[in-house]
Amino acid sequence: MSTATSTPTGTGSEPGRKPIHKHTQPSKRGRMQQRWLPWAFLAPTIVGMGIFTLLPIIASIALAFFRWDIISAPTFVGFDNFAEVVQDPTVRVSFINTIVFVIVAVALQLGLALGLAIMVQEKLPAWLRVFFRSAFFFPLILSAASVSIFMRYLFNEQFGVVNWLLSIVGIPAVPWLTTPTGSAAVVILVYVWQNFGFSFLLFIGGLASIPVETYEAASIDGATGWRKHWFVTLPLLSPTTLVASVMAIINALQVFDQPYVLTRGGPGDSTRTAVMVIFESAFQRLEFGQASAIGVILTLIIMAITAAQFRLSKRFVFYQ
Amino acid sequence: MTTIQERVTTTAPVVTRKKRDWSVAVRVVVLLIASVFVLGPVLWTLSTSLRPPSESFQLPPAFLPLNPDLTSYEQVFKQLNIVALVVNSALVTGLIAVGQMITAALAGYAFAHLKFRGRGALFSIVLATMMVPAQVTIVPVFMLIRGVGLSDTLLALIIPAIPTAFGTFLMRQYFMGLPGELAEAAAIDGASPWRTFRSVYAPLAMPGLAIVGILAFNFHWNEFFRPLIMTISEQNFTLPLGLVSLQGNLGTGSISVVLAGVVLSMIPALVVFMFGQRALQDGLTAGTGK
Repeated sequence: MSTATSTPTGTGSEPGRKPIHKHTQPSKRGRMQQRWLPWAFLAPTIVGMGIFTLLPIIASIALAFFRWDIISAPTFVGFDNFAEVVQDPTVRVSFINTIVFVIVAVALQLGLALGLAIMVQEKLPAWLRVFFRSAFFFPLILSAASVSIFMRYLFNEQFGVVNWLLSIVGIPAVPWLTTPTGSAAVVILVYVWQNFGFSFLLFIGGLASIPVETYEAASIDGATGWRKHWFVTLPLLSPTTLVASVMAIINALQVFDQPYVLTRGGPGDSTRTAVMVIFESAFQRLEFGQASAIGVILTLIIMAITAAQFRLSKRFVFYQ
Repeated sequence: MTTIQERVTTTAPVVTRKKRDWSVAVRVVVLLIASVFVLGPVLWTLSTSLRPPSESFQLPPAFLPLNPDLTSYEQVFKQLNIVALVVNSALVTGLIAVGQMITAALAGYAFAHLKFRGRGALFSIVLATMMVPAQVTIVPVFMLIRGVGLSDTLLALIIPAIPTAFGTFLMRQYFMGLPGELAEAAAIDGASPWRTFRSVYAPLAMPGLAIVGILAFNFHWNEFFRPLIMTISEQNFTLPLGLVSLQGNLGTGSISVVLAGVVLSMIPALVVFMFGQRALQDGLTAGTGK
């Protein structure tokens, strides 16, 4: 018979909750079964992660100190890979490109998402709110490769719809995909077009959790229009803004599909990104050690940015 | 999990009637313009794919397919083994989704309702793996796949994608929301722990599992980076890869053919969008604190 004591189940947010499964069985075999049962449940996930995530991380760090082209045996080269990678002009350019891309794309993405989210959440007919929310979310369900394919045609210099629209306003044809600046702009625009909906959803959730009373109090104090958003919405939304910006930056740092399909990194190296260089050095030049070294550097940058953001948040984020 | 929908509140600005109407109109216009920029490219893609290849670059562009013409779709089937691409994509995506649902349900249940040593630490490790960018592990995973003789097979795409940290996290949340008393009642009735999971908890967790499945489907149907690395021969290509190679083969001569392929590849995603949008939105924003 069960002698388990019942503990009140909360909302599931407190991690150290006492588990309930403690029905003691009289036989020894039953107790043994109890002990290994959780591990049977966990085995597929834990073993899978060990093989496909944890071991590869260790292997990747180790590989960064070897020269290996698959064909011959790997040779230990110490920090040579890192030294070569840091001095390689292509790698340098690609990292600078990636950082510029992250700054511009994330700023655009968050600005657009926040502005539109505030507009959608204010007083609107319900059916319109649903329509706009679905419309802005829609690009997220498409494949970045497909999006990049049709966007390439839209940005075509002679026949593209974008330049045709600009010509109506009287702007001469922009050489989108044939110049370094134009290509970078296309990659950023296409990326933001597809991804701003994610930040938009996060902001919608954040705005929905701001109590109406706060705004009522603010308007009694005479805050209207933009002042209301400046003094109420932005401070109260700062936890959401932090999460949205961390996620947007981490995703943007790993950009690959759009530049690969739109420009192949060109013209020159103008739209080559960090992940593209990892891909090329590993799977085109078979320099697996160097590819791993670049991967390790990128991961360190991602970790540093995440840590910095959470540290900054302690000073600037306002929690209720 | 509360849905976004349930928590939506509107902020009614306390202003005079006349001014409010004006501001609503301005906002609707701005939002409509934004929607045109978001949906316009997709509509253009659809309408261009429904025109004969000779009219691909027609300006001013048509955004509505008024006289649908299926020449481009016939051409796609001729120039591209689209059936094989769809079968590959469906196999890869379907098996990953099912695999993730099963493994995430088991692990999530263990983390939520079973007691074992090192539970907290192990769950932290699972969460930490979410932080690792795929590009860092791709080289060793590629070596491993090659080592066991699976390179250039669909299994190379399927197996590594099945263990899911995010899915495990979601399912743990979901199971924690189900009362532990159910397990006690089942134990009193003499059900084994496995039976308790299978007959009591798993059926109740179906909505959570649907989210895991839909997210997996959406992500892997659109995936480009891993297939690009793991598959070499065209018979193992997935849809996004096949479309990009089609684009390369054709230059810009008959873009409506390429766009027809793009539209075909969007159809399953559209179906998911129609029926699973709420689940998709909740899943995407789960665990972000809001």
